[in-house]
This record gives sequence, C-alpha cells and structure tokens, in this order.
Amino acid sequence: MRFGVVRFPGSCDEVDALHACRRFGDAELLWHGDRDLTGIDAVVVPGGFSYGDYLRVGAIARFSPMMEAVIDFAENGGPVFGICNGFQVLCEAGLLPGALLPNDSLRFVCRQVEVVVEATDTPFTRTCQQGDRLSIPVKHTTGRYFAPPGTLPEDQIVLRYASGQNPNGAMDDIAGVCNAGRNVMGLMPHPEHAVDPLTGSADGGRLFESLAMVPA
Amino acid sequence: MLIRPKAGILDPQGQAVERALPALGFEGVHNVHVGRLIELDVEDAGRLPEMCERLLANPLIEDYEIVNHVDGPEARRDHQNAGLDAPRRVNA
Repeated sequence: MRFGVVRFPGSCDEVDALHACRRFGDAELLWHGDRDLTGIDAVVVPGGFSYGDYLRVGAIARFSPMMEAVIDFAENGGPVFGICNGFQVLCEAGLLPGALLPNDSLRFVCRQVEVVVEATDTPFTRTCQQGDRLSIPVKHTTGRYFAPPGTLPEDQIVLRYASGQNPNGAMDDIAGVCNAGRNVMGLMPHPEHAVDPLTGSADGGRLFESLAMVPA
Repeated sequence: MLIRPKAGILDPQGQAVERALPALGFEGVHNVHVGRLIELDVEDAGRLPEMCERLLANPLIEDYEIVNHVDGPEARRDHQNAGLDAPRRVNA
C-alpha cells in the first residue's frame, strides 16, 4: 500500500499524516501543482489552511492541478481520505455531500473528543466494529457539518461525535461522511494526531490501518 | 456580488452582532445576517451567475445577489465617497 499525502500552500498537518501512513504502509508527499498519481494506492488530503482559506475554506484548493487528478482518481474508485481542511476541500470539490460552516460557538475548538463508528463497510473503518468509540482530537473553526435535507443518505454517515461531545454544532452530531461509492471519506477530527499512545490515544491509527488493507 | 448565508441555516455571526447592537443602545434590530461583498469589473456580466455557482458562492449554504453598477468603477467610487461624506455634513 502506497499512500500519497497532498501538500497545498498552507497545509499544516501533512507531515503528521505522512507519519501516520508510514506506520501502516509506504507514503510520499504530493505537491499541489503536480498531477501525477502514478503508483499511489490511496490519497490523503490533510488538514491546514490551504491557499489561506481565502474566499471560503477549501474553495480555491479544489481547483489545484493535484485536486483535478485526485477527482479523477476518486471517480475511478481510488480511496481518498480528507481530514479537517481536506474534508472541506472534498466537499467543495463535490466528491462528498454537504459543506462545513463556522462553529456555532464562533470559536476555534481544540480538544480530545470521542467519535462513534456508525458504518464499517468502508475502506476507512473496516477494522472497526459498529459502535466502537475512538478518542481523537479536533482542532478547527469551521467544522459544523451541514447537508441540505435529502442530500445525505443515512448509510453515508460514518462517524458521529459521542453524545454530548459535539464540538461545533454539526447536524445530527456528524463527524465524518463518505460518498455513495464509499471510496471517499472526510472527517473533521484528526486521526493522524492519534496514532501513538505517547500523545494520549492511538485510536486514529485504526482508520489508517483499515485503509492500508485496501488491496493494492 | 452580495453573498449571504441561506435562510434557515444557523448564522452565529449574525446572532452575535444582533446581541451586540442593543449593548450600544441600538434597540429594535432584528434578523441580522453577516455575509460578504465581492467587487469586480467584468466584460461579460452574463457569466456572473456561473461564476457565483462555481466559485464565488457555495449554493448549498449561501445565496447570492448580483448588483450591477453599469457606470463603472470610477462612478462607483465617487458614489461611495459621497456616501461617506454625507454623514459628516450632517454632523457639521
């Protein structure tokens, strides 16, 4: 399994994401201005502030040459995993339903939360059991997930914040969703910051481990 | 282009402003919403809706309104300056 981790100007979590991927497979950085995904089995779109979050979070990054290649890759069934700003980019790109709005508190939140696994039939959660609780940090200002009525089937909700732990006012406590084809997933919490017990939890590694099991 | 949060979507920024105004003595203010303004000069105004749909707004969460200043940027700036000057004259 070879992961590719996209680096935009303004990304800040790509090195942690690379480190998380390397616990379970090979990984390399992909520059936003390139469009070559030769040899890549799964793409991670990491957190940060791509293109300064100008206009709207994720709005400009969505048009980068690398994202054009990632959209093609996803449309051909390749697994794509968007974390935080990466989730926002994938929504803007139309690869995932819905959008991310400013937190209801209007504040940056940075804390450990528990998320509940709602779906295990995805390449990202296949090592989990339904109802598993994963302890993973969130850190964002624009994480309030919203999808217009009728645009998000229930079976595309992959992760929910545990009861009472919704940090941003997200609709139905939604923390992560996938597309209809189940090969694209986005989430606001940061599993790449929870891959080593040294930092409090290794639960985030379960998602990278699942992804590494995708047949290359 | 005037871009606003869609009706029915929680707008905490608008709510925060609405709560702040009475603290300054501005009573009777309701339905405050905070959006953004994008100014541009364009040769083919017919393409503006497409620009809004594809980049400038996110139609899932935002409404947009196109305001056309056909008299060009110079006139627009004069108009804005006049708007700034008016209250000063009132104060004088």
